[in-house]
Amino acid sequence: MEIVHVYTKKRNEFGRQCNFSDRPAELHVDILPDPSLASNFIERDPCDIPIQCTQEMSEHEVNTERFESDTRGINHVEGGWPKDVNPQEMEQTIRFRKKVEKDEHYFSTIMQLGSNMEHCIKQNNAINIYQEYFEEEEVVEESEEQPSAKTINVFRDPNEIKRTATCLSWHPDGSCKLAVAYSSLGFQNISPDMSYDSYIWDIENPNKPEMTLKPVSLLVCLEYNPKDSHILVGGSYNGQIAYWDTRKGSQPVEMSTIEHSHRDPVYKVIWLQSKTGTDTFSASTDGQVLWWDIRKMSEPTERLVLDPNKKGNLDNALGAISLEFETTMPTKFMVGTEQGLVVSCNRKAKTPAEKIVCTYSGHHGPIYALQRNPFFPKNFLTVADWTARIWSEDIKESSIMWTKYHMAYLSDGCWSPVRPSVFFTVKMDGTLDVWDFLFKQNDPTLSLKVCDEALYSLRVQDNGRFLACGSQLGTATLLEISPGLCTLQRNEKALATAMFERETKREKILEARHREMRLKERSRSEQSKDEDTKEGDGEESVEELATRTEAEFYEIVEAELKKRAKEQEKKRPVLWSGIDLEVEDPSWSGVVCQSIIELSLLSLHAISTLSSLIWYPSCRLILT
Amino acid sequence: MAEVEETLKRIQTHKGVIGTIVVNAEGIPIRTTLDNSTTVQYAGLLHQLTMKARSTVRDLDPQNDLTFLRIRPKKHEIMVAPDKEYLLIVIQNPSE
Repeated sequence: MEIVHVYTKKRNEFGRQCNFSDRPAELHVDILPDPSLASNFIERDPCDIPIQCTQEMSEHEVNTERFESDTRGINHVEGGWPKDVNPQEMEQTIRFRKKVEKDEHYFSTIMQLGSNMEHCIKQNNAINIYQEYFEEEEVVEESEEQPSAKTINVFRDPNEIKRTATCLSWHPDGSCKLAVAYSSLGFQNISPDMSYDSYIWDIENPNKPEMTLKPVSLLVCLEYNPKDSHILVGGSYNGQIAYWDTRKGSQPVEMSTIEHSHRDPVYKVIWLQSKTGTDTFSASTDGQVLWWDIRKMSEPTERLVLDPNKKGNLDNALGAISLEFETTMPTKFMVGTEQGLVVSCNRKAKTPAEKIVCTYSGHHGPIYALQRNPFFPKNFLTVADWTARIWSEDIKESSIMWTKYHMAYLSDGCWSPVRPSVFFTVKMDGTLDVWDFLFKQNDPTLSLKVCDEALYSLRVQDNGRFLACGSQLGTATLLEISPGLCTLQRNEKALATAMFERETKREKILEARHREMRLKERSRSEQSKDEDTKEGDGEESVEELATRTEAEFYEIVEAELKKRAKEQEKKRPVLWSGIDLEVEDPSWSGVVCQSIIELSLLSLHAISTLSSLIWYPSCRLILT
Repeated sequence: MAEVEETLKRIQTHKGVIGTIVVNAEGIPIRTTLDNSTTVQYAGLLHQLTMKARSTVRDLDPQNDLTFLRIRPKKHEIMVAPDKEYLLIVIQNPSE
């Protein structure tokens, strides 16, 4: 449709001037903004649009043809002769040579070069300047590399409510799987939503566990059967033992009956060496050690009550936290207790009283880990309270070697299966320590902070290269250690043997000394009982002694508290008569502990001054 | 002249010395105690090597110069004393 505007104009009006007139501004249209219309639109996100104003250019590559070059040698047969001399002719060449020799320059040059040359020849003749010295000593490949450990994988608890990873077990063949037991060890800390599952992880896949194990109650410990890699046995929080077969699914194949199980959480379960490969034994804080055959879980095959008085009285029993069993010594086993004693037992004893062979005391807290050295079965490692100690079976009074008191509680430890002098410990502040006592005894060789929460468990793989540690929030971390820490050094076995023997001997001597002291003391006190006057004095001095030591105890506690406040910024070891007690911001129990130590030291000192014996620097605690 | 002879003879009679060669700048063996073919071979090859070595040294530090070159193959040791115009080559067996 065409838009057409028609107007008429008279002919005589054509060509007339335009008359313009001024007019004020008139508002024709005023359209006010209508906010209601805005609702029809949505504000658009501001977007950046770049605009550039340049010349458009294009890129073009050019490559010339390769210039091929080749290296060739020329065989100089005989050349360089000047034109007039024919090399074939002997006469001419001789004549030429003679001419050259007559040259003055030749003369001086040869003299100079000759002297130089002679020097070198004589040098050569004097000694062989290129001789390989120290050839016999093979280059000691001291791994210049620092010992280090690298995190390879982290396996997190997939449930929302995180539980502590209390126990880890490597798959016996090839170690490509890791079984982790999750539970909550805090008293009454279990919420109803907490899942009871424990998982088996494939090392390569940290995202999803390979298999789930569904027990009736939280699993505190879990072990693969070294003979049959499909069978696992687990001890649970309610005291029952259960075993799984990974071929049969997530539910336990069989569980022990409640009446015959433990009454406290089962802290440790170990497989025994037997023909059938189905024997295990378990330990719990209710004071019992029970033996089971997994084919018949209705009741234990054997029972042992850890009564130090050897009467089998359950009330007196010590709670067991860790077990130790070495397949090379099938009749002996050791139990680590809550009270800080290590009890060594003999399985084959006839009467229950004889089962408990001896006890080792020296720790102040529950013994969380107990393991014999795989190379030296007579020596074992215990990890408890704030120290780790190495013991020799023969010395019952004290450990032969121990670490300093740490700032945080040690929660687990184990020997390296490949190196006799290396062991690992984990602490409640989330650090993993690697100790090599042939290298350094006061400090760990390597200390690594694995995570921020406390670490509760640790397990080394059989090749000594990988280790896994479990934390409070259920995270299991897989670490790889540097090869220097997992290859046997040249003299290591010999050196470790020498060290153990030396320390054992030292302890033996001290023990003998102690016994002598005690004997003398006893005989002296017997002597003094015969004489009345001396008796009076003796009693008095004992009372005096008691009050004095009590006063001193309180003094020490006060002083310690003050010192603690002062030492907030600085860290300094407190030397006490030759024993290094590193008191670095200790917890309250640490202070009490240390004060008890000091009190005992004082009392010992007092006794020794009474009987005027020599005070020797490295003293042992006789906690009577 | 006689001293030159004497020097060369003295060098030759040192313990372990197998041969001595004097080569000029063009690679022509002037004086030698070995047979012709060996001499020519040594002269040609060592001449090239010395040139290369010298140029390397000069490239690294223009104010430096090659004073002595020692090559130790398994069997003998070859010592080359270079000069602007001549080259003194001695082959020695460094036995102890």
